[in-house]
Amino acid sequence: MTFINYASREINCKIVYYGPGLCGKTTNLQYIFDSTAPQARGKLISLATETDRTLFFDFMPLELGTVRGFKTRFHLYTVPGQVFYDASRKLILKGVDGVVFVADSQEERMDANIESLYNLEENLKSQGYDLMKIPYVLQLNKRDLGNIIAAEDLAAELQRKGEPVVEAVAATGAGVFDTLKAVAKQVLTELRKG
Amino acid sequence: MADTPILLREQQYHQLKAVLARLRMDSSAKVVFLVDKDGQEIASQGEVGNLDTTSLASLAAGNVAATGGMAQLIGEKEFPTLSHEGERESIHISVIGRLLLVVVFDERSSLGLVKLRSKQVSHQLATMFDEIANGDYDDLDSPFAGITDEDIDSLFS
Repeated sequence: MTFINYASREINCKIVYYGPGLCGKTTNLQYIFDSTAPQARGKLISLATETDRTLFFDFMPLELGTVRGFKTRFHLYTVPGQVFYDASRKLILKGVDGVVFVADSQEERMDANIESLYNLEENLKSQGYDLMKIPYVLQLNKRDLGNIIAAEDLAAELQRKGEPVVEAVAATGAGVFDTLKAVAKQVLTELRKG
Repeated sequence: MADTPILLREQQYHQLKAVLARLRMDSSAKVVFLVDKDGQEIASQGEVGNLDTTSLASLAAGNVAATGGMAQLIGEKEFPTLSHEGERESIHISVIGRLLLVVVFDERSSLGLVKLRSKQVSHQLATMFDEIANGDYDDLDSPFAGITDEDIDSLFS
């Protein structure tokens, strides 16, 4: 949920990266963190297990700049992708302004993508949101691997409403900022509507 | 969407800060801040220094959300207060409707005092926030009303 503070002239919005386990949600945030000037971002908080799997969420505040005298800040969150962390995923969707679905392009992860996307729709619904109405981007990640499904086939299977589709290799940063830009733009456009 | 944006007027912001300042003094706390349940920091007061209040706000909200989830699993609506006591620094969180009142304190105060003082301002903060959430903001110009595609693109250039 957007928070507009007229006293400090700040606008804060919440973006959530969703997707199956090991699809690269945390890697997206890590790349944004590594390639952003320290003054434009806060700490990257990772609540992870000892084996670096996301346990609860990753969080990073990112300041994009000023629009009409208001500092525009995005709070980026990831959810834990593993199936059994569903209760946590629901909690993190509370107050969301925009969602990025990170799909794993590998053939053997297709079922996991579909299950996670279905889970996203259900969990959004349980929080009172509708995937068809919320700012949303589909990222096709891991495009550098060998055993991947063609982008158009993957998009045909996973695209829900004509949302922007971005091909990415989060580990090298390809497509990471394009994805963020695509979702941020939709969130700001929603704000313009009022 | 499920929630409408929170719009905070300058005067309301300063009123909230004044309540937090008094609570901080009365409870001998280091820092007092108010966070939305979704993790957005609304206002803070005290020895913030190098404290990363943005991250703390997000983690406090995550903490309350997780314990709230546990509460529901055992048949409770929520746990209205949470306390974490460290060797030197401690945190007390009160859930006030959609708000979290977070008090950071050290040996200059005590959990009992912080609990008491937090409870005393809870009602006042709840009333103030109701006014903020249900207020009429037609007179406020949305900073985004006249935003152009070029404005949005410029954020990424």
